[in-house]
Amino acid sequence: MGDRVQTPSQTVGPFFHFGLEYDGSAQVVPGHYPGAIRLHGTVFDGGQAPVPDALLEIWQTDAAGLVSRERGSLLRNEFAFTGFGRAATNLGGEYAFTTVRPGTGFVTVAVFARGLSHHLFTRAYFDDGTGGGASDSLLASLPPSRRSTLLAMPDGDRSFRFDVRLQGDGETVFLEYS
Amino acid sequence: MATQQVITEEIRRIETDAAARVQGGQSPEVHPRRDYPPYRSSALRHPTQNLVKVDPEEVERYSPAFGHWDVSPLESDLTIAHRGEPLGERITVTGRVVDGDGRPVRGQLIELWQANSAGRYVHKRDQHPAPLDPNFTGVGRVITGEDGSYRFRTIKPGPYPWKNHTNAWRPAHVHFSLFGSQFTQRLVTQMYFPGDPLFALDPIYQSIVDPAARARLIGTYDHDTSVPDVSLGYRWDIVLTGPRSTWLEPEHADG
Ligand SMILES: [Fe+3]
Repeated sequence: MGDRVQTPSQTVGPFFHFGLEYDGSAQVVPGHYPGAIRLHGTVFDGGQAPVPDALLEIWQTDAAGLVSRERGSLLRNEFAFTGFGRAATNLGGEYAFTTVRPGTGFVTVAVFARGLSHHLFTRAYFDDGTGGGASDSLLASLPPSRRSTLLAMPDGDRSFRFDVRLQGDGETVFLEYS
Repeated sequence: MATQQVITEEIRRIETDAAARVQGGQSPEVHPRRDYPPYRSSALRHPTQNLVKVDPEEVERYSPAFGHWDVSPLESDLTIAHRGEPLGERITVTGRVVDGDGRPVRGQLIELWQANSAGRYVHKRDQHPAPLDPNFTGVGRVITGEDGSYRFRTIKPGPYPWKNHTNAWRPAHVHFSLFGSQFTQRLVTQMYFPGDPLFALDPIYQSIVDPAARARLIGTYDHDTSVPDVSLGYRWDIVLTGPRSTWLEPEHADG
C-alpha cells in the first residue's frame, strides 16, 4: 500500500484572496442561526506582530456532534450546515467566523500564510476537559501552559477568542496526524 | 537586502546538507521545510516546537462535501470569464488527483489562481508594474470527476518579481488548492512549467529540499493534450496521502 508519493505543499503566497475567498465563506452558519457563535482571534508571528496575510479554515461537526455530508460548502444557503468555513485575516491579523459550538467540543483549524511553506493544523477546543465535559486525550497529554493555546475562550456574548501564535512565546500547539 | 548570490549559496548549503542526511539513511523530505532561511518571510512564521502527533478524530477523517452544483462548468475555463480574449499563450492543464493507494479522489474541489501572462495578479496588493489584462482574472474552480480527473483551460502565467532579495523572480506557476477525502489530506501548492531557468534561484521552490520531491510540482508537456491550432497541453497528477505524508516507508504506516 501507499506506493504513490505525496505531492509537496507550497506557500499560499500573498495573493490568495481573489482565488480562495468567496461569499459567505466565513459564515459556517448565518448569525441568526440557533446557537450561532462568533469564533475569532488574531494570528501572530514570532515577533508578536499580527499576520495580515493568513488564511484560516475550520472544519467541524454540528452542535450534535454529527459530521455533515451536506453539499454546498461553496454555495452557501441559510439552512444547510456544511461544517466548513474559510476566513482571511485583515490588516490587523484578525479573523472571524460565525459558526456553532461543535458537539465534539473542538473545531479543526488549518492555517495558511505567506511565508508558511506548508499549512499547519491545530484544534480550537471549547472546553478544557476539566469542567465536566468530555475529556480529550490530546488536551490531557499536554502540559497546562501548552494546553491553554488550544482553548477558545469566551470573551463576550456568544463570542469565543482563539488566537494563533505561529512561533515563540505562547506558540500554538500544531498537530501532525498519525 | 541579500543578493541572489547570497540566497543561492544558502540554498546550495541546505540542499547539500539534506542530501547528506538522505545518504546517511534518513528518508527524503516530502514537503518543504517550514524553517527555510533563504525564504526570508519564513523566519518568523514557522513553529519552533515539535508538532504534536495525534490520531485523527472521526470528523477529521471526512472532508467538506462539495458538489458539482457548487461550481459551474464554466469556472474551469479561465479564458472565457470576460468579453474579450485574454492575452498570452493558451494552455490546458489536466491530470488526476489520487490518494496514496492510487484511488481517485472523486467529486472534490480544486481551486486555482494565477498571474496573467505578464506576471501580474489582479490582487490589489500586487505592486508589480506589469499590465493588467482586462480580459483575464486568473481564478478557476473545478470538481474532480469519478476518476479523480480535472481539466482547466487558461493562459500560461508570466514570472514575476518579488521582494525576498534583490532581483528575486518567481518561476511561472499556478496556485492550486485541493481537498482530499479526509480533511487531513488538505493541500495548497503550486504547479510549475518544465525547463524554467528560475528554478535554481527560487527559495520558495527550493524550500522543498529533495530534488525528486520538488520535481513532482512540474507539469509535463503533453502533446496529446495540445489542441490543434488552439492551445498547448500540460499534464499534472496530484497525490494526497494525508496523515502518512511525512513518511515514505510503508512499514511506518499503522493501518
Ligand atoms: Fe504566485
